[in-house]
Amino acid sequence: MGGYFSDIFNGSKSLLIGMGITFREFFKPTVTVQYPYQTLKMSARFRGHIELIADEEGNPKCVACGMCQRACPSGCISLDSVSVDIEVDGKVKKKKVLSKYDLDFTKCSLCGQCVENCNFGAIDFSKEYNLASTRKEDFHFNLLKRLEERNA
Amino acid sequence: MSAPIQLRPDETFILNVGPQHPATHGVLRVKMEMDGEYIVKAETVLGYVHRMHEKMGENRTYAQYLPNLSRLDYLGALGYTHGHVLAIERAAGIEVPERAEYIRAITVELNRVASHLFWFGAFVMDLGGFSPLMYAIQDREHILDMLEAVTGARLTYCYYRFGGLYNDVDDDFIEAAKRFIPRMRKSLKKYAALVTGNIIFQKRLEGIAPVSAEMCRKYGATGPVARGSGINFDVRKNEPYSVYPEFDFDVPVYHECDSMARYKVRMDEMEQSLRIIEQGLEKLPSGPIMTEKKPKNIKLPVGDFYQAVETARGSFGIRIVSDGDKNAYRLKLRSPTYSNMHLFDEACEGMLIMDALAFMGSLDLVIPEMDR
Repeated sequence: MGGYFSDIFNGSKSLLIGMGITFREFFKPTVTVQYPYQTLKMSARFRGHIELIADEEGNPKCVACGMCQRACPSGCISLDSVSVDIEVDGKVKKKKVLSKYDLDFTKCSLCGQCVENCNFGAIDFSKEYNLASTRKEDFHFNLLKRLEERNA
Repeated sequence: MSAPIQLRPDETFILNVGPQHPATHGVLRVKMEMDGEYIVKAETVLGYVHRMHEKMGENRTYAQYLPNLSRLDYLGALGYTHGHVLAIERAAGIEVPERAEYIRAITVELNRVASHLFWFGAFVMDLGGFSPLMYAIQDREHILDMLEAVTGARLTYCYYRFGGLYNDVDDDFIEAAKRFIPRMRKSLKKYAALVTGNIIFQKRLEGIAPVSAEMCRKYGATGPVARGSGINFDVRKNEPYSVYPEFDFDVPVYHECDSMARYKVRMDEMEQSLRIIEQGLEKLPSGPIMTEKKPKNIKLPVGDFYQAVETARGSFGIRIVSDGDKNAYRLKLRSPTYSNMHLFDEACEGMLIMDALAFMGSLDLVIPEMDR
């Protein structure tokens, strides 16, 4: 019989302790961020989709070697190059120039293999994360065009 | 008006739980034969999120397979990637700098705490308590922020590389981790008072859903499920890997075999993980994080390689059969929840349905990890 009453007493006590904790929590400062009215700054190492990097003259650093394309597990990068004659010290030389750099972000798993395999530091992660869309075409990025737009 | 339908006293009916059901935490279907509120027979049906990860391992190079491993168990992903890199490093004979191994151990343990915190919240929500989920997620958020600052991702990490790490931890991370430990210890005390001491919680778990040690062995259950049934098995202690022999920690074991025992094992494991993180931060050596002698294209020698690691859910094993090429001939993933879940069918016979769903919560199932 004693066990019965002590059970009731201890049980009620445990419920009151729990209520005390939730009551104290009630007065703690709010930590929720009201997205999209408030946003957080992404950390320096945040991995968004990749972006081409320009050299001092505004041209892409990329030399179209295709290492990123081969390293990619999902095959979401496709690039192409054209041969252009340029004049260096009075001599005409042939140089490979990037003509197309497309990223299919629908397939990308953000592993970072492309950035790691690039020997020229020509690609990096962007900090963009507001990419929600209902159309598939919005995730096919023409990175060369994006670079030109950033330069302009 | 017609009379209500009379069931025969021995008549049973089939209840279909899932594939989309809040209690299963993913697309798991359970076909239950019910006698009133009691389960006569249960059958779990999987395969709704099968993504052929093992097959993908056979037609991708080893480095290209790295991101796949974090898509198995999205709550404790680092443990799985750890197993993969350890297997490849051992097979290819790649030395790993000590600092890299310490950082791996610290981040894996942080991830284990995050995983257990989320399980804790979801489990209490299965039993009808909502606030603990919010408190648990708030604590977990600190861990995810720390890991995001280091790895660049919040859930699907791709941080470990063969022979080291993707990038080094900075002082901010070490400071944040040092601040986190006392805060988490305070939170664990709060959870003990709020949830573990709660009379309703105790009455719903104590003595419910007994899983004997024999049943664990029969189905190959590992991790907190086995340790809640009195089996003292932890890969970190029994087959030490990485730098775990350097750390002083205990393996919590409970002999009650009920849902409460499994709950207590995980709550104690969080405390032990904090101890490991504390020691790891103290002992963290300086030096490189990536080995210099690393082949550019990794090819494994011909052979059969296996590596087991202790993840948040149990023992995860990866077996690689190599024919000397740059991708595996056969890759087998032994995932812990796949084995843990299979004892559900046998253990829940004759159980009340609400107890069975609480039992399912105590198994800590992550469906994409068992379907793979």
